[in-house]
Amino acid sequence: MAMNLPVLILHATGTNRDAEAARACELAGASPQIVHINQLRRGVRRFSEFGMLVLPGGFSYGDALGAGVRQALDLQVFFHEELTHFIATGKPVLGICNGFQTLVKAGLLPGYADDGESPSAIQQSVSRRDVTLTHNARNCFECRWVHLAVEQGTRAGCLAQLVEPVFCPVAHGEGNFQVSSRDTLERLEKDGLVAFRYVDSDGVPAAGRYPLNPNGSVADIAGICNRAGNVIGLMPHPEDHVDPIQNPLGGSEGLGLSLFRAMIGIASD
Amino acid sequence: MKILRIEVANRHGQEEHRITAAAYRLGIDSLRSCSRTNLYFLTSLSSQLPGPAHIEKLCAFLLVDPVTDSARVVSHPPTPRVSGAVQPQAETTNYVIEVALRQGVTDVAARVLERGAAELGIDHLVAATATQYRLTGELSQDDLHRLAQDLLCNDTIERYSLGAIEPLFGHSSVARDHVEQIPLTGLTEEELLDCSRNRLLSLDAEEMREIQSFYDEIGRHPTDVELETLAQTWSEHCVHKTFKADIAFTRRSAGGEAISFDEIQGLLRNYIQAATQKVNRPWVRSAFVDDAGIIEFDDQFDLAFKVETHNHPSALEPFGGANTGIGGVVRDIIAVSARPIACTDVLCFGPQDLPSRELPSGLLHPARVKEGVVAGIGDYGNKLGLPTVNGAVIYDSGYLGNPLVFCGAVGLLPKGSHPTQPQQGDRIVVLGGRTGRDGIHGATFSSAELTQDTHSESGSAVQIGDPITEKGLIELVEAARDKRLYNAITDCGAGGLSSAVGEMGEALGVDIELQDVPLKYPGLTPWEIWLSEAQERMVLAVPPAHLPQLQELADLWEVEIRDLGRFSGDGWLRVHYDGRAVAELPMSFLHDGLPIPQRTAHYREPEPDLPTLQTVLENVHSQPEPRDLLVRMLSHPTIASKERIVRTYDHEVRGGTLVRPFVGPHMDGPSDAAVLKPIGTWDHHRAFALSAGINPLLGKRDSYAMAVSAVDEAFRNAVSVGADPDQIAILDNFCWGNPTFPDRLGALVRACQGCYDAAVTYNTPFISGKDSLYNEFEGQPIPGTLLISALGIVPDMRRTCTSNLKQSGNHIFIVGETCEELGGSLFSQLLQWDGGDPPTMPAEPLMRYRAVHAAMQAGLVRSCHDLSEGGLAVALAEMCLGGRLGAAVDIGAANESHLTHPYVPLFSESNGRLLLEVTPADRATFEDIMSDIPLALIGTVTDSQMISVAIDRQPIFDLSLDEILSAWKGAETA
Repeated sequence: MAMNLPVLILHATGTNRDAEAARACELAGASPQIVHINQLRRGVRRFSEFGMLVLPGGFSYGDALGAGVRQALDLQVFFHEELTHFIATGKPVLGICNGFQTLVKAGLLPGYADDGESPSAIQQSVSRRDVTLTHNARNCFECRWVHLAVEQGTRAGCLAQLVEPVFCPVAHGEGNFQVSSRDTLERLEKDGLVAFRYVDSDGVPAAGRYPLNPNGSVADIAGICNRAGNVIGLMPHPEDHVDPIQNPLGGSEGLGLSLFRAMIGIASD
Repeated sequence: MKILRIEVANRHGQEEHRITAAAYRLGIDSLRSCSRTNLYFLTSLSSQLPGPAHIEKLCAFLLVDPVTDSARVVSHPPTPRVSGAVQPQAETTNYVIEVALRQGVTDVAARVLERGAAELGIDHLVAATATQYRLTGELSQDDLHRLAQDLLCNDTIERYSLGAIEPLFGHSSVARDHVEQIPLTGLTEEELLDCSRNRLLSLDAEEMREIQSFYDEIGRHPTDVELETLAQTWSEHCVHKTFKADIAFTRRSAGGEAISFDEIQGLLRNYIQAATQKVNRPWVRSAFVDDAGIIEFDDQFDLAFKVETHNHPSALEPFGGANTGIGGVVRDIIAVSARPIACTDVLCFGPQDLPSRELPSGLLHPARVKEGVVAGIGDYGNKLGLPTVNGAVIYDSGYLGNPLVFCGAVGLLPKGSHPTQPQQGDRIVVLGGRTGRDGIHGATFSSAELTQDTHSESGSAVQIGDPITEKGLIELVEAARDKRLYNAITDCGAGGLSSAVGEMGEALGVDIELQDVPLKYPGLTPWEIWLSEAQERMVLAVPPAHLPQLQELADLWEVEIRDLGRFSGDGWLRVHYDGRAVAELPMSFLHDGLPIPQRTAHYREPEPDLPTLQTVLENVHSQPEPRDLLVRMLSHPTIASKERIVRTYDHEVRGGTLVRPFVGPHMDGPSDAAVLKPIGTWDHHRAFALSAGINPLLGKRDSYAMAVSAVDEAFRNAVSVGADPDQIAILDNFCWGNPTFPDRLGALVRACQGCYDAAVTYNTPFISGKDSLYNEFEGQPIPGTLLISALGIVPDMRRTCTSNLKQSGNHIFIVGETCEELGGSLFSQLLQWDGGDPPTMPAEPLMRYRAVHAAMQAGLVRSCHDLSEGGLAVALAEMCLGGRLGAAVDIGAANESHLTHPYVPLFSESNGRLLLEVTPADRATFEDIMSDIPLALIGTVTDSQMISVAIDRQPIFDLSLDEILSAWKGAETA
């Protein structure tokens, strides 16, 4: 029963949207707990206690060496096996903003290129990484509301139940999704690894137009997933639109809550 | 020492257009391009430098993004070593400028790199960072130095080199335990003042004499630690001497005759606190006692609010000054045991288009100040996860030498959770950042005027912040509070440990060991440790039995804590270094020894024969068209959209921002105030509003009128978004010139009198305030500036209101009387007219605001906007642009018969006025609620994409939405 799904909200030093992520999970029917990464390192708490993992937004370790880089190192050095196992068992993982940046930089999104990876090959896979989140095209932090459409045919199948574009804010300086080559982009698209794209209020692609696409991301990509579809990352903040009263345009459409419901749904199946 | 140098650059050589554009403004038009490279320097504590495998690892995991970056590893120094020019080529010339932090300024990226390396199993690594700028163009050595000094490097915290820079790895100096004795016996007044000046004590002759006679009495010389402690504790910044001084105040007529004479025993007590006592609101929890004002929010929680200024540091190092301004005010909120939940900021800058040849020596250009301040606020607030939701930006040539940076913070605390009584035997525990030489003399420095040499003299007073360490403090203190682990708490602000510990131990006395203070680097003398204003530190009074639990929490949240000593109970301040006493003072002398300052103030009424509107209009060649004036006002930098600034602040984090800085279908219309709903309180409908009132233009004309108007503006802005006028608290922040000049102080007295009269009339308490004085550059004061910030309870978050028009066909009403009050208005500034009557206190303002609030609570108000700078015309244009709707109004209805010229109803800045949108269906009910209130129906919302203005059915002008939008949104500089 979804009511009881325990969700791990990971807090590293500098994480700051954990409380909203927890509220979103709660409203979506789960039981979130904010757990400090140091509690996991000490083994006081374990990933295996939880049915879903959320890496919330913020500035882990101040993002002093680039967004998510230090937190990604923590995941790789301390939790590689635990996390790989967590993901392999099909439990949902959601990375939002800094959490998304962390998953990408740790090589967990879109995931190691083929199935033959071994834990010892992490470093190789990190340097083989062919997608990234870099400085916004306008080269500054920016906060504004955006519309997101779920990609048709995405491997994140649970997102199919999101019938309308999600409307929620971005608030980041390094959300510009980029790939190493056209081939990478084609492969992402062909393999269904794109999860969300920036669109206008009618669902028409942003086609790079600012501010609909707020950061210059290639092909308007706002979020991606792994091959199994259970790890999803996105730059915008669905957790900041879980109640219609938060909608700056009024109305009850576009709740980000639907994303949490969908992901909690797969965990509870 | 062997050093490795890793250069990481964007593979495509990302252009720094900002820098080429700024160079052009500096007059260097030969700079063709500029790109950045990040430099990382590595060395090792062991003799072994990291090998190739380790370096590859560091690059892969931490330094190089495989998609965007390319990297190159070289040994340092790189060859060929040249100064300035590298690889001179036939056609293009390439140059390199490298910039690094000065010794003692925390290099956060280097620390993160060292810890990351340790996680990768690379031990003993020591790192430093720098930035390389690659420049192309025909540049002379002089050009390169100017680019470095004026654009790329701030001398206060950074150093540069043309060509390869030498990295600095921490400090090499050795620990010093030197304590100086400073003989004062027998010194003349002049010699005492010399001593004060030479040691940057900012103490005056009388204060020095008081100290001299104290030490003569006890028969010994003061130590440097003691003298510095007294200077800090007695500084303007810490005790607010001017606001506590006895003032002989003479008010004179314009002709010079004395009208009245008053002996004022303290501005703070006599006006500000007196107003709070007089209005006596039951929901005030704490006013002027704690580090922040506190009011009741709901059954479970209270709200804390504080606004600080950080002007002097921001003038010298804009990024760091504003950065630490936010850091400081957030710690004031932590210091009342509250969880910070929002920030505000109000900024005053010099003109952005000032030609660089007109910039006085010793000043940073206002454009550079603005860029740094805005980035500094965003960096700190965003990284703390706090929404920056309300503010204002004002441009005036009066702020050229002294920009103003007001930083505010709000916090939420459970009722009864803030302990304030240290107990005898409690341990003195310092938490957070390490102590360095940063920020020495900040308190005394902010009590002195700036001169063109200040930049070089006071470098140590400016710091840059580390928001992630502060974030740890927020988490740790909240956890410690909930477990009730401490008996008292304060922040280390101005004066550092000396003030924090000295104030906390005022009643009990303290015994403290400075050698236990965690340092960033060795080499600090005892007085430097004691005085350092290193950021991100708090002090707790902790019962010894609770220390282990506190340590456990600190480990979890990665915050360093240290036990420094105890609250002794003997009433003495005893400071030790390595067991040796370096200061021993009775708390009574430290806190009560300061003589009450005596000040003289004069105020002269404005000249009665200033030109009237009529004479001004007769003298101008052609009277400006109202339509053109409106366009000029909308594009005035103070009025025009601030979207490019505001969007670099996160205003959504914590998910509770219900009325945002920008409103309307395109989310670009200006908002009157913010409404916030705190996390953890979603089980009911109460929320709160944050607003501000500020008008320095008016202050130049009449400081009393400025104070009254600022209170009204803050108040009506809060009411506009749905706050209950009977649950609004206000804060004062005075930024003024040197108060030892009787004219500056006289204007300040009048402003305080205005504050009192307004607060009592509006029945609103002051709950906190702060003053920043001595804002002068080379003898020139800033315009006396008063910021009033308001915190109001919004009883029902479903009944908030925004300023954008909603629906064509609706009525537009104006609330309040329009009088001929153009003195100090934007209109008078555009006409360069220094006459006109300033706005006055409206009649029974509270009654009208209560009625408006009742109409909102009944759901009858579709939109609401306050009338401030630019009057009715600007307010209406803003409502239209926000809603992308037109309006047809006839201002004859709002026009009292004696207001002959259309300028008056359009541009007068009379207080107490709002524009409201009401549907035809609700009109009767609305008019019924407003029956005793000055109210006029002036027009209709239209879908014409046009404002049409008439007086008594005579059309005056039309202005299209496109023109309004391009004036209002186009003027903002990037």
